[in-house]
Amino acid sequence: MSDDRDELDPGARGRTILFFIGGVPLIGLLAAAMVQLPRSGAGHSLYGDLLVGAAVRERHVTDVVTAINFDYRGFDTLGEELILFASVMGVLLILRKSDEQPACDDREDERQTRRAPPTSEAVRALGLGMIGVTLTFGLYIITHGQLTPGGGFQGGVIVATAWVLLYLAGDARAYERATPKPVVEAFEAVGALAYALLGFAGLLAGLSFLANLLPLGPIATAHSGGTIALLSVATGREVAGGFVLLVTSFVEEALAERAGSS
Amino acid sequence: MTLDAETVLQLGALGALVVVGPVVVLTRAPRAQVIAFTCYGLLFGLACLAFQAPDVALAQFVVGAVALPILVLLTLARMRRHQEEADATRARLKKERQG
Amino acid sequence: MTLWFVPYLVAAWLFGWGLYGIVSSRNLVHLVLCLALLQTATYVLLMGIGWRAGGVAPVLVGTHPGQSVVDPIVQALMLTDIVVEATVMALLLAMAVQLYERLGTVDPACMRVLRG
Repeated sequence: MSDDRDELDPGARGRTILFFIGGVPLIGLLAAAMVQLPRSGAGHSLYGDLLVGAAVRERHVTDVVTAINFDYRGFDTLGEELILFASVMGVLLILRKSDEQPACDDREDERQTRRAPPTSEAVRALGLGMIGVTLTFGLYIITHGQLTPGGGFQGGVIVATAWVLLYLAGDARAYERATPKPVVEAFEAVGALAYALLGFAGLLAGLSFLANLLPLGPIATAHSGGTIALLSVATGREVAGGFVLLVTSFVEEALAERAGSS
Repeated sequence: MTLDAETVLQLGALGALVVVGPVVVLTRAPRAQVIAFTCYGLLFGLACLAFQAPDVALAQFVVGAVALPILVLLTLARMRRHQEEADATRARLKKERQG
Repeated sequence: MTLWFVPYLVAAWLFGWGLYGIVSSRNLVHLVLCLALLQTATYVLLMGIGWRAGGVAPVLVGTHPGQSVVDPIVQALMLTDIVVEATVMALLLAMAVQLYERLGTVDPACMRVLRG
């Protein structure tokens, strides 16, 4: 099979040969770079050590990674969020449903024959039962990112997973009812906007962009990090909304079909 | 040379990545490749844990083992649906031409 | 550890395989997953750089001052990128879907419209 395909595309073998020709110098370059790298395990990181020392003292935050993401390097996270926002928008644009319907519309009989078999009761019950647990876990991860591993990015994906469970449990109509696209879009956009507005709030208060301006609570409470928790929630909103939108735009066609045929 | 338990754990995790990485590339059938990639994502999360990065491990578990495979499977399902529709249309046109 | 170069070797190995997968791929969906694999090579590199022998995770609960801690900065870089990367992969998959629906193939070698 691969042979006649190669005939179809005579460039394939040439490409592979070219890859191996280019690969040899690449290995040399990588080896040269590797020798110059700091030895793994030595941990030469002045900035990292500084932040580890400062996070608990200055910000009352025990998870240093979250403190970096949503405070010390919060501006970088804003950039990452905009990449995420732009990607989701790109998917929505590319996969948007075209209005033009095929001229012949008598395909009802074909649809009947290839409709998916119904989801088994066990999968349905387990999936629906998992939704609440997953949702709670995701919200916990979002709101406790400054204390334990987690934060808006991971928690947002977990919350979105809970939503997708609704679809995986076989209830496509319930999924469609629970996720009206404009509402999810607004939900995501508000998350992105809230992050930027929290940044400007620092400017309005006479501090720098994204400055931590709320009073710090006692160590190891939900409000211990000042604005960190708010930024984490804003990020969680955006990530969760973004992933739900991605899944929705990939399954939209199936949803419309099921709704039409039943 | 003596190795402590942590080093053994790290070397084991990296060794698993060394083996499963090429498997992901060499599995050419997309549906099978998704399974291989999910295994790879889980192993990568374990490697993150071995290197004392629990935040990254959490992100890797939810993205590499849940979100990305779901998106790829939905893509494949959508492509197959399109293929079936095109086949059905072609079959009907053929039938009409004959009939 | 005395095996300080091992994470870097693994990163180079995974990078090479990911690149080979992209070059030799005959299916755009396969290609996207190879790109995802290639991206994990950079994570292995960062993990190797940030690792400190005997260090604990940068979650300072129950640690005493002076405890050696691994570098939290590379971890912050990795974790945002892992999540954002997934949405970029979704964008690539959406493009693959569009190409399939227009051209009827996901084999980049058969896409004559893309030829220069």
